[in-house]
Amino acid sequence: MKQLRITILIAGLLLMCICVSQAQQKKQVHHTGQSLAAAMARGQAVYTQVCLPCHMADGGGVQNMNPPLVGTTYVLGNKAALIKIVLHGFNEDVEINGNTYSNIMGAHDDLTDRQIADVLTYVRHSFGNKASIVNATEVSKVRAASKK
Amino acid sequence: MTNKKLFFAFCLSVIATVGLLSFKLIKNDNTVRGHEAVNAGLTLPEGFQAAVIADNLGSSRHLVVTPQGDLYVHLAGTKNGKGILEFHVDGDNATLKSSFANFDGTGIAIKDGYLYASNSREVYRYKLDSQDQVIDPNNPERIVTGLLDRRTHAPKAIALDNDGNLYVNIGAYSNICSEFDPNKTGCPILDSAGGIWQFKADKPDQTYADGIRYATGLRNVVGLAWNQQDNQLFVMQHGRDNLHVLFPNIYTVHQSTELPAECLFALNKGDNAGWPYVYYDWIQHKNMLGPEYGGDGKKLADPKYINPVAAFPGHYAPDGLLFYTGNQFPEKYKNGAFIAFHGSWNRAPEPQAGYCVIFQPFKNGMPDGNWEVFADGFAGTEEQKASGHAVHRPCGLAQGPDGSLYVTDDVKGTIYKITYQK
Repeated sequence: MKQLRITILIAGLLLMCICVSQAQQKKQVHHTGQSLAAAMARGQAVYTQVCLPCHMADGGGVQNMNPPLVGTTYVLGNKAALIKIVLHGFNEDVEINGNTYSNIMGAHDDLTDRQIADVLTYVRHSFGNKASIVNATEVSKVRAASKK
Repeated sequence: MTNKKLFFAFCLSVIATVGLLSFKLIKNDNTVRGHEAVNAGLTLPEGFQAAVIADNLGSSRHLVVTPQGDLYVHLAGTKNGKGILEFHVDGDNATLKSSFANFDGTGIAIKDGYLYASNSREVYRYKLDSQDQVIDPNNPERIVTGLLDRRTHAPKAIALDNDGNLYVNIGAYSNICSEFDPNKTGCPILDSAGGIWQFKADKPDQTYADGIRYATGLRNVVGLAWNQQDNQLFVMQHGRDNLHVLFPNIYTVHQSTELPAECLFALNKGDNAGWPYVYYDWIQHKNMLGPEYGGDGKKLADPKYINPVAAFPGHYAPDGLLFYTGNQFPEKYKNGAFIAFHGSWNRAPEPQAGYCVIFQPFKNGMPDGNWEVFADGFAGTEEQKASGHAVHRPCGLAQGPDGSLYVTDDVKGTIYKITYQK
């Protein structure tokens, strides 16, 4: 019985050590991790309100009408081009993987630089997408350039 | 103590495993194909059967059946350069007879010895022989040309009356005209879109100038049909989108999911159905003033705009309308309307819906009583339906010479034949 207690004690100590070391590891990535998580959360809120009605919760889009946001260069490629689409809308046929999508997307220049950065970060990190984040300065630059 | 706990945990896991296994067995048992196979994956009222008679055709849109039992199917997107496929149907087998037309599209109809078919800018017709076969598939006669195609709501669905007229839908290339009417002085695109135009069925190369704007204020119509009992054109309008997104202070997400109604209109020449100024609320049974034009979800529409004769839940997307005149189905179906709902996309974040063929009973040429789902299950699983990633989406409807009902699907290009046996 005594032996069992010691074993449990050792096991418990070991478990605590593992937990502490993991917590420390988490602390190291704490800064960028948390800001990305925050941007993703804010981005998801914008996405749900503004984008989801057409592009769907899974980013899959709608047959013939609204293009998918999954694995396409429109989303994963040039950030300035992507920012421009959000700012000014899109009014031409898009062909993705052999399918054509033709709904008109309205301009969303009423969104702030931060909102656009967040929502694009969310889109580029969701639905299986993995691409670099978008920050508000990048949006601001594109907005200023396209005003000229 | 520990041993007891261990034993208890062991018992629990055994129970759980057995439970899961039995659940799996039951589930497997339920998906035994017997019933579903007969009905080609569709659920139907008792006594009806469905069969897949053709598959993987491309995007099969509207279709028409000849008295000899041949099908002409119009494709969105040509296949091998051909936009119309002809099948001969024998029982539950369809054999490809020919393919022709160097244009794709939705609209197709037969009237007075001609096969009519449209693309997004033009309407053509082919002369038929005594067996309703196309005589010269390479040289159709162009009846209408130069119609607007601005991509959104581009398909030009067609119908013909008994007095030599052709009716063509010209959909509005906009959700609610906001981008064209910023000061709300009146939607300017209604002069050449957002309505039904009437042309002569036999005059070549007509343009807008030759046609009559028969009815206006119709956002987009894909399902339309001439009602022989009333001698009148009936159309199904696709209602507007995004009430909540555009007016979050007036409409909840749920209201925006269910509103506005998809409307069945019985049209007379000169009618105005009110798009973009009004929409129909099928829950309140009222025609409402649109929020872009001062509406608040309570203000009523100007009564000069016509009311629908039947209304259906929002965003179901009616793509096919057929008045059933056959003798095969039970008596209650006679002269009633079948409507093919393509299925929604603008109900997110709530589950998508539609993807079915419904029946609207009629009496004395007008809707009478509640509509009911007739054929369902096109979308696949509940999850496939809810997400909008439907496996099949109903589009076109046609009635065979023996009273069978044909339904096209434009995702996989499946053609269903629905029959009834007492």
